[in-house]
Amino acid sequence: MKELKIPLAEEDVRGLTLGEIVYISGEFYTARDEAHMRALEHLEEGKALPVDFEGKAVFHCGPIVRKLNGEWEIVAAGPTTSTRMNTLEPEFIEKLLPRAIIGKGGMGKETLKAMEKFGCVYLAITGGAAVLAAKGIKKVKGVEWLDLGMPEALWILEGERFGPLIVAMDAHGNSLFANVEAQVIKNTEEIKKKLGLS
Amino acid sequence: MITEETIKTTVVELLKRAVTKLPPDIEDALNTAYQKETSEVAKMQLKAILDNINMAQETVTPMCQDTGIHIFYVTLGKVKTGNVEKAIRDGVREATETVPLRPNAVHPLTRKNPGTNLGENMPSINYGLSDADYVEISVMPKGAGSENMSKLAMLNPAQGIKGIKQFVLAALQNAGSKPCPPVILGVGIGGSADISMKLAKKALLRPVTKRHSDQKIAELEEELLEALNETGIGPMGMGGKTTVLGVTIEYAACHTASHPVAVNIQCWAARRASARIYEDKVEYGWFT
Repeated sequence: MKELKIPLAEEDVRGLTLGEIVYISGEFYTARDEAHMRALEHLEEGKALPVDFEGKAVFHCGPIVRKLNGEWEIVAAGPTTSTRMNTLEPEFIEKLLPRAIIGKGGMGKETLKAMEKFGCVYLAITGGAAVLAAKGIKKVKGVEWLDLGMPEALWILEGERFGPLIVAMDAHGNSLFANVEAQVIKNTEEIKKKLGLS
Repeated sequence: MITEETIKTTVVELLKRAVTKLPPDIEDALNTAYQKETSEVAKMQLKAILDNINMAQETVTPMCQDTGIHIFYVTLGKVKTGNVEKAIRDGVREATETVPLRPNAVHPLTRKNPGTNLGENMPSINYGLSDADYVEISVMPKGAGSENMSKLAMLNPAQGIKGIKQFVLAALQNAGSKPCPPVILGVGIGGSADISMKLAKKALLRPVTKRHSDQKIAELEEELLEALNETGIGPMGMGGKTTVLGVTIEYAACHTASHPVAVNIQCWAARRASARIYEDKVEYGWFT
């Protein structure tokens, strides 16, 4: 088990191995479909981004947030399905250099390649466990792009031992999900026999 | 007379119950899965799920931030009511504020989010009729992670039961880690394209412990459940013995030239809640 502090240096994430359990502390951001698209559009148009992603963690999450006495408060904040960002993440990693992507379900080959090339890891957090995840978020420091709606906005969070997270895609081209998928294909052949399909 | 106000208040309570507490059959299945798993990663995922369920229930907080879009099943008995549809919409709007629920319903083209969980044909309400002296309402908050992995096939009749098995297996394999496994598979067989899909979703209202009354269907449910757990996808797709907590199938007669099969996937957070509204009282539970 490892404790990680944001901002993360390239060597911090290069030193992580597949299956390792980590907790993170420090500033990180939620971003899913719409926030990824807007960030890339802004880059294309040469517009400034509201936050600096370099060395930070990006959390695939659309939280439930409420305002209490003028302050935002996280109610529930589990991960969303990361594969939806498959087509956007490689460019996002290359241009903005986040050091960790937090989500569920894993990501594709192109993202894995970008992670290896630029030094980034994928940290899996248990899907649906939103109250547990919210416990590791000490504070909502702000929100950008709220016009995208509560789930799609870019929430600026302060984590305190946020986790447990599993290093499910490392910065050396290995993916726990790809390993399981390869095994599932093998197992499926056996299941087909059993069900009388082959 | 059951007033609109009573129906609305019941809907708010139903949504709160559904998103903060899992039905007992699902919680039992998750506990059993935790006992069964031997790998550290699988155990860790299930432990997080079980801890999360307890925390959500104790603090009356939504267990998952994706509180879904809202699918209602209403059975109207022989009793006078106010405007049911308006009461349900008002209930959804109020629950979104008070529970709170995440506003998920957006316009499909503009993607604009009104922040109320209301929109064109949303919430979705399915109506039925009965002879009872109450109105029964069930709600299923349906998250997108699992819903996005759902599939429909218009097979050829010659593909038979084998075709069904092949299609369900392929749907699960395609879903893999994405729908937050362990999942529940609702399967609809027969009818037409839309009917099979509706049945697949409705099948998810049935407790995973309850088999279909038709012996042939019940056997198919058992056979698929056992076989699909051998895929090794495991909790959250990181490997393990538990991939599927239940398979429930509903069917309808179909055209002699058709063989529709639909799979509606449900994540482990298989949330549902039901209420019976009488003229003088409301009973809550899981009646399906």
